[in-house]
Amino acid sequence: MTWSAAARGAHQPDNTAFTQQRLPAWQPLLSAGITLPLFFCAGLAFIGLGLGLYYSSNGIKELEYDYTGNPGTGNCSVCAALGEGRAPPPKCSCAWYFSLPELFPGPVYLYYELSNFYQNNRRYGVSRDDAQLSGLQSALRHPANECAPYQFSAAGLPIAPCGAIANSLFNDTFSLWHQRRPGGPYEEVQLDRTAIAWWTDYHVKFRNPPLVNGSLALAFRGTAPPPNWHRPVYELSPDPNNTGFVNQDFVVWMRTAALPTFRKLYARIRQGDYTAGLPRGAYRVNISYNYPVRAFGGHKLIIFSNISWMGGKNPFLGIAYLVVGSLCILVGFVMLVVYIRYQDQNDDDDDDDE
Amino acid sequence: MDLVLSTNSRGQHIIDQVLSTSPPHSQHMDLVLSTSPLHGQHMDLVLSTSPLHGQHMDLVLSTSSLQFSGAEVQDVGDMKEPELDLRQSTHEPAMCSSVWQCSLLHQYENLVLQWCAGEENWVDSRTIYVGHKEPPPGAEAYIPQRYPDNRIVSSKYTFWNFIPKNLFEQFRRIANFYFLIIFLVQLIIDTPTSPVTSGLPLFFVITVTAIKQGYEDWLRHKADNAMNQCPVHFIQHGKLVRKQSRKLRVGDIVMVKEDETFPCDLIFLSSNRADGTCHVTTASLDGESSHKTHYAVPDTKGFHTEEDVDRLHATIECEQPQPDLYKFVGRINVYNEQHDPVVRPLGSENLLLRGATLKNTEKIFGVAIYTGMETKMALNYQSKSQKRSAVEKSMNAFLIVYLCILISKALVNTVLKYVWQSEPFRDEPWYNQKTESERQRSLFLRAFTDFLAFMVLFNYIIPVSMYVTVEMQKFLGSYFITWDEDMFDEEMGEGPLVNTSDLNEELGQVEYIFTDKTGTLTENNMAFRECCIEGHVYVPHVVCNGQVLPDSAGIDMIDSSPGVSGKEREELFFRALCLCHTVQVKEDDHVDLGDGPGKSPDSAKSCVYISSSPDEVALVEGVQRLGFTYLRLKDNFMEILNRDNDLERFELLEVLSFDSVRRRMSVIVKSAAGEIYLFCKGADSSIFPRVIEGKVDQIRSRVERNAVEGLRTLCVAYKRLAPEEYEGACALLQAAKVALQDREKKLAEAYEQIEKDLVLLGATAVEDRLQEKAADTIEALQKAGIKVWVLTGDKMETAAATCYACKLFRRGTQLLELTTKRMEEQSLHDVLFELSKTVLRCSGSLTRDTFSGLSTDMHDYGLIIDGAALSLIMKPREDGSSSNYRELFLEICRNCSAVLCCRMAPLQKAQIVKLIKFSKEHPITLAIGDGANDVSMILEAHVGIGVIGKEGRQAARNSDYAIPKFKHLKKMLLVHGHFYYIRISELVQYFFYKNVCFIFPQFLYQFFCGFSQQTLYDTAYLTLYNISFTSLPILLYSLMEQHVSMDVLKRDPTLYRDIAKNALLRWRVFIYWTFLGVFDALVFFFGAYFMFENTPVTSNGQMFGNWTFGTLVFTVMVFTVTLKLALDTHYWTWINHFVIWGSLLFYIVFSLLWGGIIWPFLSYQRMYYVFIHMLSSGPSWLAIVLLIIVSLLPDVLKKVLCRQLWPTATEKTQNVQFQNHVSEFTPLTSLQSPSSQHPGCVVTPRGSFPRPVTCVFWRSEEYSALSPFPGLPAHCRSSVRLGCWGSDLETPRNGPGP
Repeated sequence: MTWSAAARGAHQPDNTAFTQQRLPAWQPLLSAGITLPLFFCAGLAFIGLGLGLYYSSNGIKELEYDYTGNPGTGNCSVCAALGEGRAPPPKCSCAWYFSLPELFPGPVYLYYELSNFYQNNRRYGVSRDDAQLSGLQSALRHPANECAPYQFSAAGLPIAPCGAIANSLFNDTFSLWHQRRPGGPYEEVQLDRTAIAWWTDYHVKFRNPPLVNGSLALAFRGTAPPPNWHRPVYELSPDPNNTGFVNQDFVVWMRTAALPTFRKLYARIRQGDYTAGLPRGAYRVNISYNYPVRAFGGHKLIIFSNISWMGGKNPFLGIAYLVVGSLCILVGFVMLVVYIRYQDQNDDDDDDDE
Repeated sequence: MDLVLSTNSRGQHIIDQVLSTSPPHSQHMDLVLSTSPLHGQHMDLVLSTSPLHGQHMDLVLSTSSLQFSGAEVQDVGDMKEPELDLRQSTHEPAMCSSVWQCSLLHQYENLVLQWCAGEENWVDSRTIYVGHKEPPPGAEAYIPQRYPDNRIVSSKYTFWNFIPKNLFEQFRRIANFYFLIIFLVQLIIDTPTSPVTSGLPLFFVITVTAIKQGYEDWLRHKADNAMNQCPVHFIQHGKLVRKQSRKLRVGDIVMVKEDETFPCDLIFLSSNRADGTCHVTTASLDGESSHKTHYAVPDTKGFHTEEDVDRLHATIECEQPQPDLYKFVGRINVYNEQHDPVVRPLGSENLLLRGATLKNTEKIFGVAIYTGMETKMALNYQSKSQKRSAVEKSMNAFLIVYLCILISKALVNTVLKYVWQSEPFRDEPWYNQKTESERQRSLFLRAFTDFLAFMVLFNYIIPVSMYVTVEMQKFLGSYFITWDEDMFDEEMGEGPLVNTSDLNEELGQVEYIFTDKTGTLTENNMAFRECCIEGHVYVPHVVCNGQVLPDSAGIDMIDSSPGVSGKEREELFFRALCLCHTVQVKEDDHVDLGDGPGKSPDSAKSCVYISSSPDEVALVEGVQRLGFTYLRLKDNFMEILNRDNDLERFELLEVLSFDSVRRRMSVIVKSAAGEIYLFCKGADSSIFPRVIEGKVDQIRSRVERNAVEGLRTLCVAYKRLAPEEYEGACALLQAAKVALQDREKKLAEAYEQIEKDLVLLGATAVEDRLQEKAADTIEALQKAGIKVWVLTGDKMETAAATCYACKLFRRGTQLLELTTKRMEEQSLHDVLFELSKTVLRCSGSLTRDTFSGLSTDMHDYGLIIDGAALSLIMKPREDGSSSNYRELFLEICRNCSAVLCCRMAPLQKAQIVKLIKFSKEHPITLAIGDGANDVSMILEAHVGIGVIGKEGRQAARNSDYAIPKFKHLKKMLLVHGHFYYIRISELVQYFFYKNVCFIFPQFLYQFFCGFSQQTLYDTAYLTLYNISFTSLPILLYSLMEQHVSMDVLKRDPTLYRDIAKNALLRWRVFIYWTFLGVFDALVFFFGAYFMFENTPVTSNGQMFGNWTFGTLVFTVMVFTVTLKLALDTHYWTWINHFVIWGSLLFYIVFSLLWGGIIWPFLSYQRMYYVFIHMLSSGPSWLAIVLLIIVSLLPDVLKKVLCRQLWPTATEKTQNVQFQNHVSEFTPLTSLQSPSSQHPGCVVTPRGSFPRPVTCVFWRSEEYSALSPFPGLPAHCRSSVRLGCWGSDLETPRNGPGP
């Protein structure tokens, strides 16, 4: 309202459909009549989909082995016992022997799984410096405060890569050996360690700092590796295209998992004779056992799995679809009964009124 | 000395009298004293001359003491004894000759002391020097008071203080303050979410509100500036000067020309008219467009030129500004060289108000007395107290519940965190070490910060944007009311006005309507029906639509021709009607009529009478048809044209104006022959007791008969005054008129004394037609379950007749009377108990009836109560059990379908509303009225509606909504109210629901991340969820939703019952929504959890991280929440489609963009390509679809089943409506009745139905809501219905009833 004696009165309202709230409108109604067929259709569709998903998930093979090394569980327990209470744990290696009675169809993926490891802990999750990892010079020298206590080394040098996530980089390594004939020699199966990280992470998000005199090592001069690392970041891999921050293992690790039990892709097997999968025979996985998990009650697993269009083995989706589909149909029937029964009753009521 | 002293004990009154009656200058001290209470500085003088003081005091007191009656002495004596040390030092007690004199002295000293203490506030009058000229020396020496300049400041803020002041005001709202606290906590401690997440929405909300308020304030500034800078003419040193309005000061003499508005409140000094009058319209103040006559001060009305006016030497004393537009008291002292000053009373007829416009007068001079913010207009510009709707109250209750949930969530998580962390390797595993400082922090401090961090994490459960959305919804939604064409009145050119948009939804919750009768139910368009003079009934020409009705031509004398004295009485009666009124003749016609008395009475019909009361106009017009024409008021002479076309002139001596307490008015006129008459007209109840002569019984019976017919009756009486009687009366009035304080009361007393011993002449009957569709509206409202009460000041019989006419009472209604008449026979106690017994017996049987389904013939009670009985009921009983009668009365009222309260004073109306409002069910009340006497109840009720009527705009101005006609109430409540209630309740529930969905997964996630306050969603999602992804659809819904069409709502008022008693915001509904939210949250979270559990979900075997997990949950959530709203939407216009699908699309586009670029301003890149990767995985798509469907399933199920099993009336109507629209296209009907192509179905194409057939079909269909025609297959049925619905919507209901 204003002070002015503005003529408020004689304004005829606009006569549009909008102002009169008479816009043409579709007026749907969730009546039983409409939802019934929908329920039945949806139910049938879901059951069909669910069956498909379920069988597709069932077709996926998985082979897993817990190599944590709890006493009495294979030869990794030696390593586990060795590393008990010592930081850093001594170098140790153990092996896992298994045999495949038939072809393990490919492509075969090798995962490691950690449990009880809280990568999603907030203190842990923020303990990184994305600016540093994207190769920013200034961030290399001055890591973000979130990285503390892995921000500066004891000597006061900035840690690169800083933070708890990088510091706890998974450093067990695996190699797969195949014994074609019983008693024959073990031949190493080539593990393809490329493209295990997201393409965008590996190619865009993670960048090394600009080289100094063509050398990555010089670029990282004046920084310290994380306390738990045995080698500096520029020596993560002998491959010059896969070292520094732009290292597949490192990038994979830096994508923190959602849940305390998680898998990370270690390698793919698709080269040479193994394109079609792992053929029948005995296998050995050599494990260099470095990563302590028993301190926090965790487990380490190694998993071979093949992959379908829908990823790894996960019966959940199929079952969920089946359950929801059947529920829809069940509810549909209930509603049908109600509909038919009470329809009459409603009519009767109305007749009474009349 | 002729003194009338009020019983008011303030010493000033004595002084008033002294001032106005005594020759002042000869007794200098008198004046000093007399003005001293007005102007404290004179106290100094009094003090300094203290040796003299007591003596003069005595003098004054002794002169005035002669006039004191015992009561006044008592009063003065009752005055509190001021405890003053001063008293002892200045006066010896011996000086006070009596107790009361002494206390009077004390009173003065009290004032003295107050002044000395610097308290000026007690000064309740002011003195103005006209033209800033000091009063002549030797008069009084005033120290001028400081007055504000004429600047109008309606704006709240200035450029400088806008930001701090606005922020302060906004943070005073509890919700904003809560978010501010959360924001500050985020800034101070290390919390999981960055301060941006709550800071940005808060900033958004604050900014939007600030912009809105800033804009409004800017508009006000603009209007203010326009007002303050508009040029004003005023007189300086005898010359006319133009200045900006804001530079005007109190005391300036202003000239205003025709059609200009007055720049401030002026005392009218003179006009260019010789009679010193001017005409004014106050349309912009109170909406009354009639011209009002104001009178110049008689002593100054001769000053016509600037020089003249500049010579004026006067002071004005008047009360300090107060907001009542119609009250003003003051006096003017005009000094001239020769004589003593002339003192004149000033009343509201001398006051020209700012905002009013000068009409029909070339120019006037006036002196400014109130300026700027002290003008009455500015004082009236005060926002009314905020009314809060029931919805808002439930909203706040829900908020508290959610606050409790929030706190308990945070507490639970904090406790669990420390329990879980008790194992050292969990608190600080080797891979996740703490810093030194973290380790050293005390446990208590850590726990406390953790608690705060959890609070911050979950704070979104209280939706920050809800308040903004609710406010926007109310603000924008109210436009639909003002735009509504159905509520636009062509005749008046006015549509509905919304003064408060806060109460839109309350319109859908009304349980009691209190309506005024005159002007609300009736047209207030009065037509003179008949008059009765000493038992002879006269009916004038009844002109109806330009036709003279044949059976009422001329004067119909029922009785034999009256005798000579009768003839004389008859003429006297007509003269009385011609003279006793305050009608004005419109000036335009003045010229035509000025030709002379040669015109026939009929041709004089061209003149237009204007009055604030339509009754008066009707009477004057009626008497014109009976031969006497009122021509004009000229130079205080009323000119009438009698039957013989002779001009008669009566000098108007006094007008004893009408008020609703006295319920009568009088004039004192002097005829050409020099006889002085007092004519009085008024309500029968206020006239009969004052009559000493006349044919009272005959007239009374006629009055009662007319009242039963619903006519408004007035009685006319007269008295011949002897000159000395007149002198007495005149003095009495004069004394009362000049009083500065309690003038009203004194006037009333004076009137009381004058208007007695009357001779009854006759009575008039005026018909007030019912407003169109009033009956229809009332019927609809009653069907809607609303109880309609009529509160009126009219006679019981008149009011009852109106109630029958508007179907409030029906033929079957059993009337219960609780009136004074009945109480003469029985005590109130007995009457009440008897009534309650009757009523309760009926209500007992009534419930049985409804059970057996035979409620059609239920007993229907109507209660009639009058004002006197009501005040008895309201009066607390001696024994203290005050509430007993009230309870009983309420119990009776509750069981009556209609209540009529007659003979109500305005305050009693408000009392009744209050009584019901605070009765134990706390029903929502609505008051509707058109006149000033309804304002109190309009302000009292939950919703106040003003009818933009003939009696000015006070009601409309004070109301929350104003409508042109009573019939518009139907659409207002049944359609708009219903819609708004549905809309806002969904809005509120949905807001809580969507935030439960939003926050509960975060809560669950804490159990999987070691209670580390890790957020599930990215910052951007947290921030934008409420303000952009899910905000628009619900806003649009809350503006557009129509669950049933408007026509259906209008046609079927019973649907209103479905939402009565806040049905959609009950705790049950609220809990349903909350649990739905929790269920959905569980589905989102655990769905995603099992999806992600340990398996890759992409075909390239790569793993997703925690942000993908959160994004999946978030995506499902946004879709579910939006689709849930889509399921609830019944009215899909293109805008709804656009907004619902648009906001989903916006979410997707935003996510693509947000994840698709490395944003340079972000310190982290956690969302980089997360969304796109998620979409690249097949199972994610499948999971999203599945989870959305699972989340929506229970709600769909509940909806369908409830609709089927326990349909509400609304849902039944929806079904019918729906079947009409789409039955031909859905499989439903074929499922129900398989023979959709029935060969035997022969239906005439729609539109070609003969009309009666249509109606028959209609009726049978109406009662079979869901049911198909037994005989007709569905296909035919639907086409039949389409025919009905399309062709004529109104007919079926109005057609033959069941």
